[in-house]
Amino acid sequence: MLLNQFLILSAVLFAIGVYGVLARRNGVLVLMSIELILNAVNINLVAFGSYVSSISGEVFALFVITVAAAEVGVGLAILLLLYRNRRSVDLSEADLMKG
Amino acid sequence: MNALGVLVAQNIAFGVIAAIMVFAALRLVTTRNVVHAALYLVVVLGGVAALFLLMGAEFVGITQILVYIGAVVVLFLFGIMLTRTRIGDEENTDHPSRLPAVLAAALVATVTIFAVVSGFGDAELPSDTRTTTAEVADSIFSQYIIPFEAVSVLLLAALIGAIVIARRD
Repeated sequence: MLLNQFLILSAVLFAIGVYGVLARRNGVLVLMSIELILNAVNINLVAFGSYVSSISGEVFALFVITVAAAEVGVGLAILLLLYRNRRSVDLSEADLMKG
Repeated sequence: MNALGVLVAQNIAFGVIAAIMVFAALRLVTTRNVVHAALYLVVVLGGVAALFLLMGAEFVGITQILVYIGAVVVLFLFGIMLTRTRIGDEENTDHPSRLPAVLAAALVATVTIFAVVSGFGDAELPSDTRTTTAEVADSIFSQYIIPFEAVSVLLLAALIGAIVIARRD
């Protein structure tokens, strides 16, 4: 297997995730797109790890999985609070800090 | 099966998984139904787990299934229910103008694909890339013990933080 086939697939998934983060207005969907981006990064980490025959790539992918789980927990708690205060998770309505 | 046969089988498996993943990812960012988006996310995450197994990273692949499909997706479904997003199709899931997002994504894809193609032209993965769970455990509990402890404190902090943010008072 070529290293590049994994890297290109990961780049495509990353770009789709970037599109999702920018184009979506529902906060839950934005968080899902962020998960897509983190998974693209994980593919890269494991692919490079096996390319240089090092275990470190896998260990870093495990750390990224852990941090992503924590991020989803806190992110959804923030969205819940936003929903409770504004009755909506539409991110374009959360514009109090806009000048 | 000889080595060439294994390689062909691996490449066919990769092609099928990659096609399914890209399709599911595109549906994930375009569908108007939020619950369907969560289910497409399951497909993408399962595909990533299959890729990990294909690269011989068994422990990361299993962890991906346990943590992501088992826990994170359930958390997302709870988030969808609790924020009372309508379960069927929704009107305002996307920004009215998608052109900037398409341009940004196209730019990211072009630059990264150009960089990896020119940087790693036809670099081959080693033929046997299997790593066992024992090797991962040895590495985590010797070389990476301090980041491991830091991550466990981070998880505790995220747990307390999520409770404090979301509780009603």
